[in-house]
Amino acid sequence: MGHRVGMEVSIAVSHAVQLARAEAIAAYPITPQTHIVEHLSSLVANGELEAEFVTVESEHSAMSASIGSAATGARTYTATSSQGLALMHEILFIASGMRLPIVMTVANRALSAPLNIWNDHGDIMAEKDIGWIQIFVENGQESFDHSVMAFKIAENHQVLLPTIINMDGFILTHVVEPLEMLDQETVDKFLPPLVPYLKLDTKKPVTMGAFAMPELYTETKMAHQMALTNSYDHILEVWREWGALTGRQYKPVEKYRTEGAKVLLLLMGSLAEVAEVAVDEMREAGQAVGLIKPRLWRPFPFKDLREAVAGADLVIVCDRALSLGGGAHPVMAEVRSALYPLAKRPQVLGYAVGLGGRDVQPQVFKDMVSHALNEIKQGPTEEFYLVGVRG
Amino acid sequence: MSKPWDQVTWQEIEIGGVLTEPGSARAYRTGDWRSMYPVWDKLRCIKCGVCWTVCPEAGISEEPDGYFDMNDYCKGCGICAKECVTGCIRMLPEEG
Repeated sequence: MGHRVGMEVSIAVSHAVQLARAEAIAAYPITPQTHIVEHLSSLVANGELEAEFVTVESEHSAMSASIGSAATGARTYTATSSQGLALMHEILFIASGMRLPIVMTVANRALSAPLNIWNDHGDIMAEKDIGWIQIFVENGQESFDHSVMAFKIAENHQVLLPTIINMDGFILTHVVEPLEMLDQETVDKFLPPLVPYLKLDTKKPVTMGAFAMPELYTETKMAHQMALTNSYDHILEVWREWGALTGRQYKPVEKYRTEGAKVLLLLMGSLAEVAEVAVDEMREAGQAVGLIKPRLWRPFPFKDLREAVAGADLVIVCDRALSLGGGAHPVMAEVRSALYPLAKRPQVLGYAVGLGGRDVQPQVFKDMVSHALNEIKQGPTEEFYLVGVRG
Repeated sequence: MSKPWDQVTWQEIEIGGVLTEPGSARAYRTGDWRSMYPVWDKLRCIKCGVCWTVCPEAGISEEPDGYFDMNDYCKGCGICAKECVTGCIRMLPEEG
């Protein structure tokens, strides 16, 4: 069924897209997403993937072409990063509003200025409200797994939403990791060909992307909100099926050594594996510290998060993006907002770490925990803390 | 959609706002917000059709008797009145 390989994670993602039998790919290369689309381009050119590869002149066009392709009922994939994602901005809302099941990998990277090609989550956090399903992965295997599963989630007629897989730029895209690849037969069985709900078809014409008057706009937004909220059950169903198939079971909020933890670190993406090392060391030193890792960013898993923090006194949210001029960075704002209505809730402190590729060692998390414990003793002195900033 | 727009619930909207029936533009009478409307003086009209030709919005229709009149899509821009060969079109204000 599967075989173990050592492979650059970008190449593994492009093989996942190949195994998913994507029929159309429209992409513009941008660091650090480049290897994914370069390799897909080779697979198409070599006849190893029967797909239309559209070499567009910008990411705005890449997303526009993806919408056109998905509207015809073709299984459509694209990938981007940072400025490329920002350039797609206006089209991203159209893809989700039209309920087209496009799958996109975002190789997360900092936004300019200053120009910086390295990893943080500034790009995707600027797009958190685009109405797509958004999932974070933390290693190569997860990148591969979720790249296949995303198609099955997006194309479900009860879902019909475009889906983003967020993988950390360079940290994941450019490293070689051991991972299990599934064979074509297994993936074919798991992921049948796309059955379009409605498509552009001259034999049965429809109008897509029509306008809505003030009397209808609110209702269309409600329908979109409900679709995104209700996609939760279908996402979990696909993850369960994958778990039964591969033994790798994914959850909306992953927990690491949270039993009896009074202090919880919370973060998304590959940095969680560094935090696990810190948690191990703190546990050995007798500190009741655990880690929670929201995997599902949209729809936000309110119930899972509330359950995960139930026994904790303090949640330390590590954001990898800023909300300049605001009081809380994107993940912290979401977490605080989710916990605020609870009668008994932990304190929530926000730390921004690893911006623009700044290296984060396990010691950073240990220092953060000591700092946070001290802060809540005296009452927090800042709205948020920018970890490791000089001066 | 057979229901009036302001009675449609979110559950009734087709996924993605797709319109599965043709001709929905016909139901939306885009001329209902005009503030001026054209009136033809049939005594001076020579049925040349210049008004019909220059109308940018297909807001003028030919009548069975060969004269022209505005339809529900006329926005009252007045181009027809300006271009009319014999000057037979006057723009009048919509009342109420």
